[in-house]
Amino acid sequence: MNLVKIFLQAAIVDNAILMRFLALCAFIGMSNDVSKSIGMGGAVTFVTVLASAVTWPLYHYVLANPKLMAISPIFDLSFLQILVFILVIAALVQLVEFFLKKNVPSLYAAMGIYLPLITTNCAILAVTFDNITKKYNLAESLVYSVGASVGFTLSLVLLAGIRDRMKTANLPAFIKGTPSLFVATSLLAVAFMGFSGLIK
Amino acid sequence: MKRLWKIFSRGIIVENPLLMLMIGLCSALAVTTSVQNGIGMGAAMTFVIFFAEVVISLFRKLIPNSARIPIFIIVIAAFTTMVDLVMKAYTPDLSKAMGVFIPLIVVNCIIMGRVEAFASKEKPLDAAVDALGMGVGYTWVLVGISAFRELLGNGTLAGIQIMPDTYVNILFFTLPPGGFLVFGLFISLNFWLKKVFPAAADAAKEAA
Repeated sequence: MNLVKIFLQAAIVDNAILMRFLALCAFIGMSNDVSKSIGMGGAVTFVTVLASAVTWPLYHYVLANPKLMAISPIFDLSFLQILVFILVIAALVQLVEFFLKKNVPSLYAAMGIYLPLITTNCAILAVTFDNITKKYNLAESLVYSVGASVGFTLSLVLLAGIRDRMKTANLPAFIKGTPSLFVATSLLAVAFMGFSGLIK
Repeated sequence: MKRLWKIFSRGIIVENPLLMLMIGLCSALAVTTSVQNGIGMGAAMTFVIFFAEVVISLFRKLIPNSARIPIFIIVIAAFTTMVDLVMKAYTPDLSKAMGVFIPLIVVNCIIMGRVEAFASKEKPLDAAVDALGMGVGYTWVLVGISAFRELLGNGTLAGIQIMPDTYVNILFFTLPPGGFLVFGLFISLNFWLKKVFPAAADAAKEAA
């Protein structure tokens, strides 16, 4: 039950893009076409879950291992968190890219172009930090990372759909182009505000 | 001197990272609910971009081309960690208000972009001036957005009551949707700026 709650909280109530302003570069850059946005969402989901699965044990067993810290405070390496996490994500993206290129070329062709962009996607780094600050255990962090990336994909696909319709809409001149995207996103966020308080 | 001024002023309008190049948006929208937050985030970001650009520019001849991206990330992450720890120690309230967005400076595309495009090729002095220009450009937009949102959403400016007592706060502006709307209007300024500074528009096109 608790896991369902965490999932819904991450996917809808605290939607990574609309409520927390994460990964806006990808959101604006990748939402011009529905199939592209699904591809990006898939790639982000994959890397986020993998990153959570690697960074959580790394933090709790290496950087801030309570047993080692009890021996001497010199083992408290939690100040290295930012550095280690970003390097882990960058390395993971590279590994995934190599692996896909060699073993699953069809998936690589579909996902490949999005992978390098993911390294600087702040949603992934934010999810790995949240796992630590919210004191989740491993199962909870994995569910949280799936939820957050599902929420990311959801709002990406929603905006891609809206953009399709806006192409033919008659907009006032001062709002044409990129400003209209932000106004549409704002309205989408208003809709998502309706979910706040869904989970106590 | 004129050349340095040219480098500095570029970041303020012509190549403004937020309004013209549209990078590094996440932190610009998330923390701008009050002017203090806007200034704090701008200062943190300026610190990181300044030292990252200067350090990388100093070592630009030693950094091997094939390993440059990981090296840039490590340098940026080191300065981000410094800012994070200093803010946690001296301004705990501000640090709490910004939450995860201070550590997220490390993946701010503005820093990575400037380091890659500018600091890894130019002299340290130029890089420092470029970083300051970008920092100021980023900060003024942040302060602008946050002033707008705080005034309408909370009736205050930097914590001081501005609106009369009869003013009913429009909560919408401090909530996430208001952030998107205000930022959309700020980019709308682009059109006006492009009309006023036609040269700016051309330069921005070249940069993009």
